[in-house]
Amino acid sequence: MKNKECVAMLLAGGQGTRLKSLTKQIAKPAVYFGGKYRIIDFPLSNCTNSDIDTVGVLTQYEPLILNDYIGIGSPWDLDRKHGGVSVLPPFMQSEGGGWYTGTANAIYRNLKFLNQYDPEHVLILSGDHIYKMDYSEMLDYHKTSGADATISVLEVPWEDASRFGIMNTNEQHRIVEFDEKPEHPKSNLASMGVYIFRWDVLKEYLIEDAADENSSHDFGKDIIPALLHDHKNLMAYQFEGYWKDVGTVDSLWEANMDLLKKEPELNLNDPKWRIYSKNPNQPPQYIAKTAKVNNALINEGCRIHGTVDTSIIFYGVHLSQSSVVKDSVIMPDVKIGKNVTINRAIIAKGTVVEDGAVIGDPTPGSEITLVAEEGSVLASNYVMNS
Amino acid sequence: MDRIAGIINLDHEQDLLDELTYFRCGAAVPFGGRYRMIDFTVSNMTNSRVDSVAVFARRKYRSLMDHLEQGKAWDLDRKRGGLFILPPDWNDPTDISKGDLQHFHNNIDFINRTLADYILVSGSQNICNINFQDVLSEHKKVNADVTVVYARVDELYPEHQQAHKLEIDQNSRVTGIHNDHSSINVYMDMYLISKDLMHDLIEQCIAHGGEHFFLDGIKSRLPDLHVHAYEYEGTHALVNSVESYYRNSTKLLEAEQHDGLFSDDAPIFTKVKNEPPSNYLPSSQVTNTLVANGCVIEGQVEDSILFRGVKVGEGAVIKNSIIMQRCEIEPNAVLENVILDKDCKISEGRTLIGAPEKPFVVPKRKSM
Repeated sequence: MKNKECVAMLLAGGQGTRLKSLTKQIAKPAVYFGGKYRIIDFPLSNCTNSDIDTVGVLTQYEPLILNDYIGIGSPWDLDRKHGGVSVLPPFMQSEGGGWYTGTANAIYRNLKFLNQYDPEHVLILSGDHIYKMDYSEMLDYHKTSGADATISVLEVPWEDASRFGIMNTNEQHRIVEFDEKPEHPKSNLASMGVYIFRWDVLKEYLIEDAADENSSHDFGKDIIPALLHDHKNLMAYQFEGYWKDVGTVDSLWEANMDLLKKEPELNLNDPKWRIYSKNPNQPPQYIAKTAKVNNALINEGCRIHGTVDTSIIFYGVHLSQSSVVKDSVIMPDVKIGKNVTINRAIIAKGTVVEDGAVIGDPTPGSEITLVAEEGSVLASNYVMNS
Repeated sequence: MDRIAGIINLDHEQDLLDELTYFRCGAAVPFGGRYRMIDFTVSNMTNSRVDSVAVFARRKYRSLMDHLEQGKAWDLDRKRGGLFILPPDWNDPTDISKGDLQHFHNNIDFINRTLADYILVSGSQNICNINFQDVLSEHKKVNADVTVVYARVDELYPEHQQAHKLEIDQNSRVTGIHNDHSSINVYMDMYLISKDLMHDLIEQCIAHGGEHFFLDGIKSRLPDLHVHAYEYEGTHALVNSVESYYRNSTKLLEAEQHDGLFSDDAPIFTKVKNEPPSNYLPSSQVTNTLVANGCVIEGQVEDSILFRGVKVGEGAVIKNSIIMQRCEIEPNAVLENVILDKDCKISEGRTLIGAPEKPFVVPKRKSM
């Protein structure tokens, strides 16, 4: 078989503990977003739209939903004869085995997978971010500059820079220094966790790193510093556009609300760059006579009899008469009774909210209320806020 | 379990759909916000474990083929069985068949090769949610030769005049098939027959110069064959004209009709378009409307159906209308009792008003 120019490796094993009970039973990349999607749809669709047809998805934490969701990759057109999507969980070998101990370790343990494609470059992605990006442009940049590694960076506000891994570059965009969460940042170019490596270089460093007992086997902490130490050619590729780490309940809520802005920075309705996802196959949404819908994204299979204001409603949600959903994210198949009030909340899949329940705190700036026990029933006298 | 194979026979379908079938056959007409007519028949088949389906197409089948693809949306992209779209490409020099028997004769391999013992033949114009396994159970219970499906309609509408009606005795045996306008036993253009009997009847029909398998092979043999009537009691709509299309589409806004057709147990499948959720902007006002995905709504919409990817500009008003895929309604346009076919564009401030009993139909890709 012909070798592949570039193979993507998507790190999808993270728990995402800061998403609290949302990730109690599913890995972070499987968390719902935007009325229809799971977070992992974004990097997978980016691959498809960037003509990258070979993707390894590294799973570890609660992989059931992810495995089931990814399947053979048909929703993203990644069901291919040569290449396509492969789910790569940790495994045992004759010389032992065990869990992936870090991001670099996860790739190292799948050398065999990468070798069978004999790629020239490897694209490392994470399943934690919401963004649309043409990886093929980054690959062109990487090839033209002759870099050993290219790291995608994003300009962040200076006051936030100390929360990110910061790249200090020279005038030719060559990375001269990497600061992980610096107290006094020298640059505001943050790493997006998107890397392209020359495979021969990466392989060498992965093998070296694996032998180092003091290493934490992490790209940001070990591999990148080692490359810099050896004066390898590391380039920064500046990405412009919407990018969001939805690592916390607040940032997940915010990213959803961003979609409701007048001209959202992240345009989901772009026929040239579709975000693909598994289709729930439900009838069109029904907006009843008694309904009032103002500033909302609503998906198929919904039956809306109440009021929806500035909210994201996933598929299969039923909202009864005289109930109000405001500034909230309602995940799939939630059934909401009558006279229910929901403010500034995220309600997990399959929750049943009985008549008269009151959820959330309407005060602007207050903490987001999370109802995240999938399939739970909230009784009619239920009152909850964060 | 007995296997059933399906044949969707589009040869004798009435076409009074005017502008809606200029470029496509009736089976490919968009219906219900995101479906095409044929989706109901194909989904009913796959939900009834019919895993081998042939489509007898004759005219205007380009968009039908585009829509059905290899049957993936219905899980019919199979190694065993699957979907077979069979347009007329007939090269048998000894062929003397006529009418829809040309289809049966030239596609006899489909019938011969199928692993099924029974064949279910259906048209595409009877919208319903039926389980053909139930039809088969009854067929076997009464030991019928042929079982035909019918509905007792509460009220006769003009579209029912085009349909055949059944005369039935107390044992639900069919004693007559006719066009009597006063009968409420509307034949739903679906019948179940064993593969062997179908094979025999096809040969006999062709030998006697028949042109219509159902009429010449079954109706004309009512005294000899045990033809049983299976009553379908669920939600039903017969769509064969613009008027019936409009009335039955609007009826989907009623919960009873909607829930009767769309159930979680027997979902209606259709080709996936990967549209995002629909976007209701702050200026939008939507009531009593079915909205498919990918719409962007800034105007007012009432008692209507919006298909996928429709854009409604600010200040536009849409009432009692059916707006098909990717139409663009610019700001301040007014539409009432209108059917817009796909890809139409209504420019700013335009007004189009049809009559409630006779909607104004705009053909595909028209700009106004």
